[in-house]
Amino acid sequence: MKVNSIYKEEKKSAFQKVSEVIITMASRPSGFIGLSILVFHIILAFISPYIAPYDFKAINPTLMLQAPSAEYWFGTDDLGRDVFTRTILGGRTALTITFFGSLIALLWGGLLGIFCGLVGGKIDDIVMRIVDAFLSIPWILAMLLIVSLLGTSTEVLIPALGFFYGKGIVRVARAATHDVIAKDFIVSARARGHSNFSIIWNEIIPNVRDAILVEGAMRWSWMLLGFSSLSFLGFGVSPPTPDWGLMISNARGLMSFAYWAVIAPIVGLSSLIIGINLTADAFAKALGIDRSTKAPV
Amino acid sequence: MSDIIQKVKNLSIGFKSKKGEEILILKNISTKIKKGETVGIVGESGSGKSTLALAMMGYVKHGLYTIGGECEFNSSNLLNMKSKDLEKIRGRKIAMIPQNAGQALTPNLKIGYQIDEALQLHSDLSEKEREKKISELLNKVRLPSPETIALRYPHELSGGQQQRVAVAMALAGTPDLLLLDEPTTGLDVTTQAHVLELLNFIAKDTGTSMVYVSHDLGAIAQVSDRIIVMYSGEIVLEGPSRDILKRPIHPYTHGLLKSIPKLSLAGLPESMPGSQPQPGIIQSGCSFFDRCNFSEDKCKNNSPQLEFLKELNTSVRCFNYEKLLKESQFNQNVNKIKNNSNDKEILNLSEVSISYAKQKLLDQIFNRISDDNPTVKDININIKKGETIALVGESGSGKSTILKSIAGLLRTKDGLIRFDENRNLSSDLKERNPNDLRIIQLIFQNPDESLNPNHTVEEIIAQPLKLYFGLKGEELNKNIIDLLQKVRLGEFYMSRYPRQLSGGEKQRVAVARAFAAKPDIILCDEVTSALDVSVQAAVLNLLQQLKEDFGTTYIFVSHDLAVVRAISDRVAVLYQGRLCEVGPSNDVYKFPSHPYTEVLLGAVLEPDPDIKPKLVAEDIVEEKPPEKGCSFQGRCSRIVGDICKKEIPPWQLTDSGNAIRCHIPIKELQKEQF
Repeated sequence: MKVNSIYKEEKKSAFQKVSEVIITMASRPSGFIGLSILVFHIILAFISPYIAPYDFKAINPTLMLQAPSAEYWFGTDDLGRDVFTRTILGGRTALTITFFGSLIALLWGGLLGIFCGLVGGKIDDIVMRIVDAFLSIPWILAMLLIVSLLGTSTEVLIPALGFFYGKGIVRVARAATHDVIAKDFIVSARARGHSNFSIIWNEIIPNVRDAILVEGAMRWSWMLLGFSSLSFLGFGVSPPTPDWGLMISNARGLMSFAYWAVIAPIVGLSSLIIGINLTADAFAKALGIDRSTKAPV
Repeated sequence: MSDIIQKVKNLSIGFKSKKGEEILILKNISTKIKKGETVGIVGESGSGKSTLALAMMGYVKHGLYTIGGECEFNSSNLLNMKSKDLEKIRGRKIAMIPQNAGQALTPNLKIGYQIDEALQLHSDLSEKEREKKISELLNKVRLPSPETIALRYPHELSGGQQQRVAVAMALAGTPDLLLLDEPTTGLDVTTQAHVLELLNFIAKDTGTSMVYVSHDLGAIAQVSDRIIVMYSGEIVLEGPSRDILKRPIHPYTHGLLKSIPKLSLAGLPESMPGSQPQPGIIQSGCSFFDRCNFSEDKCKNNSPQLEFLKELNTSVRCFNYEKLLKESQFNQNVNKIKNNSNDKEILNLSEVSISYAKQKLLDQIFNRISDDNPTVKDININIKKGETIALVGESGSGKSTILKSIAGLLRTKDGLIRFDENRNLSSDLKERNPNDLRIIQLIFQNPDESLNPNHTVEEIIAQPLKLYFGLKGEELNKNIIDLLQKVRLGEFYMSRYPRQLSGGEKQRVAVARAFAAKPDIILCDEVTSALDVSVQAAVLNLLQQLKEDFGTTYIFVSHDLAVVRAISDRVAVLYQGRLCEVGPSNDVYKFPSHPYTEVLLGAVLEPDPDIKPKLVAEDIVEEKPPEKGCSFQGRCSRIVGDICKKEIPPWQLTDSGNAIRCHIPIKELQKEQF
């Protein structure tokens, strides 16, 4: 039998697949902008301790609320600290905590959702009602409770954020699993007698992975906003560690005459959130690309 | 030339590939539709038949664009018309009937309202007149009691009734041209025959021209005056219906007709090699070259032109049609299947009932099933080692349900499933040991759904090998290659994903996966119905070959009686989850038979203009089996009296060992059936 050349697409390595997705993402203007912003922030988080021009905690009463100048690019704050230094350092904690928080959210939310979707029945009902109950609690109140009981250390914040943002992923993962388990290849695996674990690992995860990853990326930007809100309220990072939420909170009262002290962290925070959002969108489109550009025969 | 209603001139439609190449879906199509004529467009999926039909109403699917040519309707080109002008033509002059009426009707509007909407748009009648017209239309499509139907919602109607409503809506604008895109494909055999008969009647009654698009030559044969055969975006044969079906002079049509199983022929038809090329693959030469039995060297590089033969009134795209022309009579050969079953019983179902009813709390607690009128009841079948037994019936007859219970996917209410004469198999997966699971394997209807899209062929076939035999490394690899070769696929398929395979290849992979477990019984659930006609025969032949090599037993579920005729040794006919008739397939296909079998056999559409379907019973759909008496009482045209409604009919044996469950004595049954 002759082989059609269109089918001569060989199996790709994981690296090839990932790079292909990234290239597709970058080929759209919005994806390119999002990716550039995100990459910029990540690189900045890595190198900022080495490029920061001043010490972030150096208080200098003589330099209070200086307007931006050649010496102090973004001006200084009410304690005379350099705003530029604090801004480029201010994303590090937020980025790290929320990145690991999202990973935890992705893991427990994804796995629980898949499990519920697969087993169904009573267990599914009970778990989902508990998730619903948690969804109905305003997260910020619950977070404040946890933080005030257990403190604001990284070891508390990462799992706490991970837990609160994973609830939404449970629903998405469960819905995606429901789409897949109706398919015959799951029936076939069941009829062969594979274990639930094997069905989840081999049959379901490869098919719901994309949906969960996209949801996780969206959750990341939400979590970043949430974390900054906590800092803003004074429950996130403790001073004098530079953090955008904290910086906005400190400088907001002086906004009318020292706008620079509040604008810089706002730009930092919102650009990162926009960057993650655009990237997540482009990611979703890049993964769904098979369907939308396939020849409509 | 006023009698020509639609003229397609040199039409080419295509799309731009990712690399920016122009890929043609339709290649330079020219044809004419005359007034009052019914034209059938037949082809496999991807041949461009739907694209052509849509272009005839000036519509090009999203992503495609017109490369050249025109579609002339009443001497204006639809393809460059403004959408305002097109609105005036669509619905009023050209109407369309979609494949799935269930999806085409708005679910939350009443039938009457939806037809009224069409009337408001496409006619100038007053409200009173429209009301009258609605019941007129519903009457015309032969829906019972139009007044009540008009007040119903689409989900309250059966598939056949929905399709009739769609026909009524299309007729609302009194169109000159009716486009039908696979209008009967999703319907049951008996319903299909009824809808086709209705369409025939409407074509004669209203003088509307029809373009009937289908992959099913059987359906096309019943309705069309002229047939256009499409292959790979080209018209390969066009001519009067009778000539094309009786004396196909294009190798593709010739092979296609040979590969379709017929009721009158027991045995497997010859299969056509390969499958239709993807668009954009063939650059030069005849697109059918690879699969052609008549090809010569010149076919490889030169594309044949569509040639009009005046004496036959037929156009053909082939260099060698004369070879086929000389074959005075079209003969279909079949390979008689060997019945290599022995007397050893391999699977026995006794008194099996299955219920889908939601169980009450008390029953749930005690983990039991109670239902007085279960979906499937009293199934007693003996299956011998090495035979192919087919379960036949319309949708809802419980054939797939029985398969599920045998596979352990659905708990039975009562009854026993016995393997190898003495081993009881539980209908609950969890209570089966790995070996019980291994001996029964499933092949599904749709390979798109039964193969995990994220696994390579290698991973798919490796699963049962790892699970049941714990194979690893070199040995695993060897086994996979071995299995691939058995289903006639090369080693290089191992690294492919299902999306890179054609329908037939996918189903071969599914077959290989089933055989990897070295099963004793394979359950085949409508395994060929999602495949193209030309591929179907090849898969059937493969299954038969594998069965002969391995001595496997098949339980073959299908709604297609001709396919069942071709492959099975024994047939069990089911209606509403009750057995009607069981016997060797030769005898089931011969009269005397159960009235339901008679209905089914009568409704089969054959690609032969001389064989018309016989419509014996109404195509009503019954939701639930009757509580008492014969399961077929609701539709039977030969009810003998109260006894049919009260007593379950007895089994009667015919001379040849065919068991029929009917109150009418066999001799009487035979009288009216010949």
